[in-house]
Amino acid sequence: MASKLGLSPETIAGCRRLARQVADGVRAETEKFTTVSTERTVLRLLGVDGVDADEVPLPNRIVESLQASGKLGRGSAVWMGSALATGAPTVAEAALRLSDPRRAAAQAEHPRWRETVAPHVEATVARIRGNRAERERRMAGHPPEEKPLLYAIVATGNIHEDIVQADAAARAGAQCIAVIRSTAQSLLDHVPYGATSSGFGGTYATQENFRLMRAALDAIEPEIGRYVRLVNYCSGLCMPEIAAMGALERLDMMLNDALYGIIFRDINPLRTLIDQNFSRRINAVAGVVINTGEDNYLTTADAVEQAPAVLASQFINERLAKDAGLEDWQIGLGHAFEIDPTLEDGLLYEIAQAEAAREIFPDAPLKYMPPTKHMTGNVFRGYQQNTLFALTSVATRQSIHLLGMLTEALHTPFLHDRWLAIDQMKTLRSNARHLADEIRFTPDGRIVRRAREVLAGAEAILARVASHGLFAALSEGVFADTRRRKEGGRGYDGVLPKDAAYANPFLEAWTHELAGARA
Amino acid sequence: MSAPRPIRPYGDKKNDGAVQVSFTLPLARSAVATEAAKRYAAKMGLREPYVTLAEAIAPEFTFFVVYGRATHDIDVAAITAEEAPEGTLSRDQIDEEIARRFGRRLVVLGCSLESDAHTVGLDAIFNMKGFAGDYGLERYHGFDARNLGAQVPVAELARLVRETRADAVLVSATVTQNDIHVRHMTDLVDMLEAERLRDRVVLIAGGARVDHALAKELGYDAGFGPGTTASRVAGFLLEELSRRHGLLGNAR
Repeated sequence: MASKLGLSPETIAGCRRLARQVADGVRAETEKFTTVSTERTVLRLLGVDGVDADEVPLPNRIVESLQASGKLGRGSAVWMGSALATGAPTVAEAALRLSDPRRAAAQAEHPRWRETVAPHVEATVARIRGNRAERERRMAGHPPEEKPLLYAIVATGNIHEDIVQADAAARAGAQCIAVIRSTAQSLLDHVPYGATSSGFGGTYATQENFRLMRAALDAIEPEIGRYVRLVNYCSGLCMPEIAAMGALERLDMMLNDALYGIIFRDINPLRTLIDQNFSRRINAVAGVVINTGEDNYLTTADAVEQAPAVLASQFINERLAKDAGLEDWQIGLGHAFEIDPTLEDGLLYEIAQAEAAREIFPDAPLKYMPPTKHMTGNVFRGYQQNTLFALTSVATRQSIHLLGMLTEALHTPFLHDRWLAIDQMKTLRSNARHLADEIRFTPDGRIVRRAREVLAGAEAILARVASHGLFAALSEGVFADTRRRKEGGRGYDGVLPKDAAYANPFLEAWTHELAGARA
Repeated sequence: MSAPRPIRPYGDKKNDGAVQVSFTLPLARSAVATEAAKRYAAKMGLREPYVTLAEAIAPEFTFFVVYGRATHDIDVAAITAEEAPEGTLSRDQIDEEIARRFGRRLVVLGCSLESDAHTVGLDAIFNMKGFAGDYGLERYHGFDARNLGAQVPVAELARLVRETRADAVLVSATVTQNDIHVRHMTDLVDMLEAERLRDRVVLIAGGARVDHALAKELGYDAGFGPGTTASRVAGFLLEELSRRHGLLGNAR
């Protein structure tokens, strides 16, 4: 596809080189550590599940025991393998043993821990590979999908009510269903358990809720002749655990940003960057498409001003994602239609930004987010803004279109709010089907100039981040004017140095598998 | 002109009562469903209900748009409503007045509480950049404005009120299901009262579904709804704090 904006390939390549420097710096600083959430994830992948009498998840209990006895830096798999090799007949038994702090302290490392744990590792690796194959098989059984994919959100707080709404949205044409999480969940240092019916502003991400929604969407697939993608949120303090649960229950997309938790939830930078790597490893092998969260820069600060930061973050997210094994088709870089609608030529800036993202990341399934900040409660105007958003999305070939709700900022969507949004986008997608093929921009016109300006701005930010290092840049407030210290923020106490002989058999298996796939 | 009371909605002539409503019924689309929508509109007090859209939005759900003429009327003379007072001073004037009246910066804390993760409204009031061309509180010299961000526990906020000797607290409340936002807002009032801090601060609530009456009912000093600019909040803070400290304001 020829560039319509005439952006300099050299500048773009330069940005990628700078992003690589940033990512290399991150790796050098993070690879010495593991986190409690990473180790809980290993336990979940080994089949540890359930909660104790106090509703504390067993993976949390075990990690606490191992940490208390100074064993966690070796890696939780070592101790599960050792427990299994010294008399625990099942994973459940081994889990029970290690969740007791005294018995965990007494657990000696067994020389054959690795062989003992291997079949459990292989079983999970196979299950995830099987889920990926099943998704591919199901999708191959239907006609090619129309793009952009229509992405709808359900957020009732009750998984059973969510299913009613997801069913209606999918039948009406939604191709992706995201179950918004309960607002407090990103800051919980554990994953709730079981089916839930009482979230706030959303529904808790639990493995059982994942399973229930997956089954509901699979159930209507034959009738509607489409595979409906299920989306959840791999962010916050339990990033890799959610990725693991999603991989086990065949979720198809995950919100999974490298920096979002740091900037917008004040989660410790080290913790987040370590967790994002392992979560993305899991998403990579599971065939999950990740969605990054650059739209958030635009909702908290001025969208015109923040455009270069969005692009810079996209370059960094892309590099970190690739370093974790994700391929281009899995990297759904995010951005949003958030410019003040009263701004003269604001629509031109939106088009410039969206087209630039398309041209700079040609193989990425770009995730385009609707207006939220300038939605006022005037639902008629809101519908108009969403129409412009939809038109821009079609005209610039966005890949994943998060449907804008006319009642944004008022309440969680009503059933017919969602239907109106789907109807609007279906109309635009058909009515302007080949618009992108026909559009050319005036050379040196407003749109072209704006795109160049944004790219130049992104390059400047990346140069600054690359020369200082990402952690220093975060502490200086380069992103969203928010300062985050490397030793500050939530969850820092869950970062611990790896022992020299640290082991994570899943990471080893998948690094090997991905290297094999590349060769 | 003194309008004859009571009144009805205005469509294209006085008191014609013209209204439009839209809603979904949990029924498959059918003649019976449309008739049900019509009768439902009639029960809502609409004469001549006219269904302009009956769309099957799901197998068991139909979306209706209905026009009709409202039979109810309203006596405006019998209504009183309160609104947080409108400020008239500019940012520079507010800064000057704070310096003149207080001789120090006023400490303002802002956050959303507990499970509430939303910050858009809060940021609009606090951030340097502000909203709709109106600079945020951080831009004022007269305020030591501290945006604590989202999900601040009530107890933590109370501690900070004491530590920072805050003059005012702004709570941004975003509506969720189950009216959880209301619970957290009242929890804060209870906590501040228990800690004997309530009288020391001006307590303000803001958010899409917050209004002055609701805020007052919950024990706040003022409530600001959607579209509120920082300068309006700043002006209110200046006047309310002046009143409390017995400092003279401008003659208005």
